[in-house]
Amino acid sequence: MTDTPALSHANIRPGRIITWTLLFIGGLIMISPLLFMFSTSLKTADQVYDLRLIPAAPTLANYISVLADGRFMRWFLNSMFVAVTVTISNCFFDSLVGYTLAKFEFRGRYFIFIAILSTLMIPTEMLVIPWYLMSSQLGWLDSYWGIMFPGMMTAFGTFLMKQFFETVPNDFIEAARVDGLNEFQIWWKVAMPLVTPALSALAIFTFLGNWTAFFWPLIVTTSKELYTLPVGLSSFAVEQSIQWEMIMTGAAIATLPTLIVFLVLQRYIVRGVMLAGLKG
Amino acid sequence: MGTDNLQGAASGRPGGTAATMPADRFSMRTRRLLWVWGFLAIPILFYAIIRFYPTFQAFYLSMTNWDLVRPAKFVGFANYIKLFKDPQFWKVFRNTFTYLIIGTPLSLVIAFTVAFFLDRVRFMHNFIRALYFLPYLTTAAAMAWVWRWFYQPPPIGVINDVLAIVGIPQQPFIRSTDQALFSVMVTAIWAGLGFQVIIFMAGLRAIPTTFYEAARIDGLGEWAILRKITLPLLKPTTVFLVVFSSIAFLRIFDQVYNMTTNDPGGPLGSTKPLVLMIYQTAFGSYAMGYAAAQTVVLFTILLIVSLLQLWILREKK
Repeated sequence: MTDTPALSHANIRPGRIITWTLLFIGGLIMISPLLFMFSTSLKTADQVYDLRLIPAAPTLANYISVLADGRFMRWFLNSMFVAVTVTISNCFFDSLVGYTLAKFEFRGRYFIFIAILSTLMIPTEMLVIPWYLMSSQLGWLDSYWGIMFPGMMTAFGTFLMKQFFETVPNDFIEAARVDGLNEFQIWWKVAMPLVTPALSALAIFTFLGNWTAFFWPLIVTTSKELYTLPVGLSSFAVEQSIQWEMIMTGAAIATLPTLIVFLVLQRYIVRGVMLAGLKG
Repeated sequence: MGTDNLQGAASGRPGGTAATMPADRFSMRTRRLLWVWGFLAIPILFYAIIRFYPTFQAFYLSMTNWDLVRPAKFVGFANYIKLFKDPQFWKVFRNTFTYLIIGTPLSLVIAFTVAFFLDRVRFMHNFIRALYFLPYLTTAAAMAWVWRWFYQPPPIGVINDVLAIVGIPQQPFIRSTDQALFSVMVTAIWAGLGFQVIIFMAGLRAIPTTFYEAARIDGLGEWAILRKITLPLLKPTTVFLVVFSSIAFLRIFDQVYNMTTNDPGGPLGSTKPLVLMIYQTAFGSYAMGYAAAQTVVLFTILLIVSLLQLWILREKK
């Protein structure tokens, strides 16, 4: 980040050090649950009551025993598969529909746009009972497809992509037509590369939303082999009851992937959140 | 802008495709329409089957006594009448709105304060921003267990241990009917704060610096600038966040479910929000029709909140 925008009113206050310190302390409070979670996951059962953040004798034993159990590995892979598949589907279909609505003139365009947008008004909670009925009739209960199907396309993603495809100059598309590319190739090879910031924002949001999703996976899965990580963790924690170091290890395994992704892509993620928040 | 570009492109290419070949024009338009509907075919099917049909079905089911076993029988508004006479519903309704009415302003005030000062901080800006933003990326179901551990009585619970050091007596937190809802609310505020800070900062950055310069020339103090320039210009951002956060609080589930698993929504239903009641009615007692009526009530509340946002923003323009 450059220091241009806020500089003019930044130098006035003499208490800048106090401001910084207070913000820093607030930030420490914000991440303290994460710090305690990781710290406890590295402690043995008899050290859990020890409040020190840096464990006296850090050990990976909890991780080894949780992962050796096999279920966590399975839930982790389930969640990864579901989140990646749904993300790819959204990036493909939301962009395709967004592009079509932004760049083609045809009868019914406005109607379709409004119809898709209107689904934003309908909360998931209202749809789960019909989805459950549909899944039980079609044999989708307790399957990967059952977990994934409700989110394969979203109105939010379509709207976001449409907004960005509208900024793609028409002469790029016309030029590609003259060059003999078909409409699908124009979308895929010419338009898509021009909206990568929006596409990455959509990918980040979709992945995060599906990685952390709890309500629908809890309803649609019944066998433990098909649990996603949040649902599996919840059942695991209930069964561990007071073995907090094991529960913290499970929570840490669920949290680590998104934190690692954030540390690698911090800039893109923050920009993506701003982008989606302001356009959406 | 788009048309300018088009004209430029056309004049730059004499004998371009569309203008000079009227015979080919019709088939080209037809071909393009085929592409359009080809692109839209699967999405239209998806939205019809997975979004629209279930929406209407939810309304229909809310007027039946369907229980998964026997076929659904139409009962009119009986489910709604039963719901509005159910004291448990009104308790849940009050809980849900307590989350909303206290949680939303509290989190927005904290988020704005953090964003306002963080916007001025240059030293380690990205690092501090990350501290506030990281909780937003966590899994609510996982972090609910961390908070649940925090809230345990001593010597296990971290918060009670810290309170003991300061000399404050032990608190029951999620074990008390008075404190449980607020304990859960803190977890939800914590999880959503990072998003609000980022959006507020984006809003603050969007205010042109010339506004501040002009105000300073006019001799306005910091407080007056905040009240007369920053806050009014930030209104669209604030309205968006109020609605976003209100909807999140109205739909709160993950935290409540995981922090109170031995008695979901407890103790004594004191933390139970509407979505948890829906979940228990539908997938605990399999009263699908009754649960569908509850989802329609939730939908109506969410609709009113969204329409309120549109109305407030229209007022402004």
